[in-house]
Amino acid sequence: MLKDVAFGQFYPVDSFVHRLDPRLKILFLIAYITAIFLAKNFVGLGACLFVLVLIIIASHVPARKVLRSVRAVAFLIVFTALLNTLFYHGETVYWTWGIFSVTKEGLIFSAFLVIRLLLLVTCSSLLTYTTTPVALTDGIESLLTPLKWIRLPVHELALIMSIALRFIPILMDETERIMNAQKARGADFETGGLIKRVRAIIPILIPLLLSAFRRADDLGDAMDARCYMGSKNRTKYKKLKFGWRDLIAFLLGAALVTGVVLMRIYLVRAI
Amino acid sequence: MRIVAEHLSYTYNAGSPFASKALKDISLTIEEGEFFGILGHTGSGKSTFVQHLNALIRVPSSMKKYKPKKPKKGEVLPPKTVLTVGEFDLTHKKTDFRALRSKVGMVFQYPEAQLFAETVKDDVAFGYKNFAKEKPKAEEIEAAVKDALEIVGLNYEEIKDQSPFDLSGGQKRRVAIAGVIVTRPEVLVLDEPAAGLDPLGKREIMELLHKLHREWCKTVVIVSHDMDEISENCTRAAVFSEGEIKYVLPPSELFAHSEELLSLGLDVPLTAKLCAALKARGVEISCDFTTEDFIRSVLALRR
Repeated sequence: MLKDVAFGQFYPVDSFVHRLDPRLKILFLIAYITAIFLAKNFVGLGACLFVLVLIIIASHVPARKVLRSVRAVAFLIVFTALLNTLFYHGETVYWTWGIFSVTKEGLIFSAFLVIRLLLLVTCSSLLTYTTTPVALTDGIESLLTPLKWIRLPVHELALIMSIALRFIPILMDETERIMNAQKARGADFETGGLIKRVRAIIPILIPLLLSAFRRADDLGDAMDARCYMGSKNRTKYKKLKFGWRDLIAFLLGAALVTGVVLMRIYLVRAI
Repeated sequence: MRIVAEHLSYTYNAGSPFASKALKDISLTIEEGEFFGILGHTGSGKSTFVQHLNALIRVPSSMKKYKPKKPKKGEVLPPKTVLTVGEFDLTHKKTDFRALRSKVGMVFQYPEAQLFAETVKDDVAFGYKNFAKEKPKAEEIEAAVKDALEIVGLNYEEIKDQSPFDLSGGQKRRVAIAGVIVTRPEVLVLDEPAAGLDPLGKREIMELLHKLHREWCKTVVIVSHDMDEISENCTRAAVFSEGEIKYVLPPSELFAHSEELLSLGLDVPLTAKLCAALKARGVEISCDFTTEDFIRSVLALRR
């Protein structure tokens, strides 16, 4: 079913990570990604991996589910690793053929790359697994507030984002309904060549676009009818609060980045 | 075509935290020639059930990947699911589901949402072309489209080259229905066919369905939450609630269970309410709860 691939993929359980302030989770993710790319040796990456495992355990999201997010980018990872192995110029050469060569340095570099990408993808997907889209946009809006000083319409941008996220499941449902209706009229989406399949999408796409425009119109009218005027003097239904859990997570993130930076300075020799 | 379902269950998002049981061990037989009603509140499983009838939702055992479970020692397997529509066995992998769909027409709620083509003619022809075994000739398509548009009460010459998006709401719905019946299905399933129409539009659609039932489709199944619609039109009705079937009765007997129906969140027809109100004031009349019969019974009192 389409719902299985739904964007947002929020995993509804109650856990330490779920209860964290979304702002902190976003900042943590940024810090974590920085740490991944600052880490110059396997000890640093090992520390990152350790932290990630801790987060996964604390999030109560099944490991199977987390690994599924890796599957989507598996091809990309394998492909980059292969290219890097074959084209990296190093000193200890194991094998050459024409322009291709496999070197010790190349292998190490590829291994780094693969681990980095895996950590990156897993950690980012953990953010969406543990944070509802609404909390996420709230967090982003709050973090971007300083940009109001340069007249960036932060509230409006956040609203656009949350409306877009909100409508993804609705449009998914709609797509499924229209697909079913056309299937009942004998439409075939599964067989045939590329051109035939692209043509088969038209009976879904046109009704879907029409309904999206109609919904947009309706939503605009509904907002007008409630005198929606944008960000001025609006209060929030859910206030974001910084609690003890957030402090723990903050300390963990800070320790990770500091550790990785220190290691980068004092452990100059790689590996 | 006779529809037989036995021990039919269905769970949405099985195996995930969003899992929800939509059908729980349902058994129901709909005979050929019936005008059958399926009643139920939102989320009662009625739409899930009818989508099984033309394999938009598949019985697990008909899926390619399905492997039959072997019973562990001492374990009793649940009774075997049966789902047949005429000669089609929907629990079997090798069933020709395309042929099935051309025999079982399905009109979804707000069917006008499925219109997509540039002209009414093309839209109605869509299903006909899809189901044709070999490429149909232009005249054949035109004849089929003409018949379908005319039986739903539209003027073919007038409407064929218009854009379906320029039509009125009622016309759109008729075109959408024509797009389903153009293959002359033997069973026609409609999910809330009168939803969102005014009373006159509702009556017209119901009259159209009776006409289709007489002339084109042997069996008609309508899904509705509107008691009046069911009591006025159906030969028999099944009441769904929380994935189970509570009653399968002719409407006139069904509304003797008014109190239970109310407790299931379903309304009772206006005539049943009037009968109850009269009874409370000491006037007992018996009628089968259609408007006509009710009026006849009340008039009989005056004599």
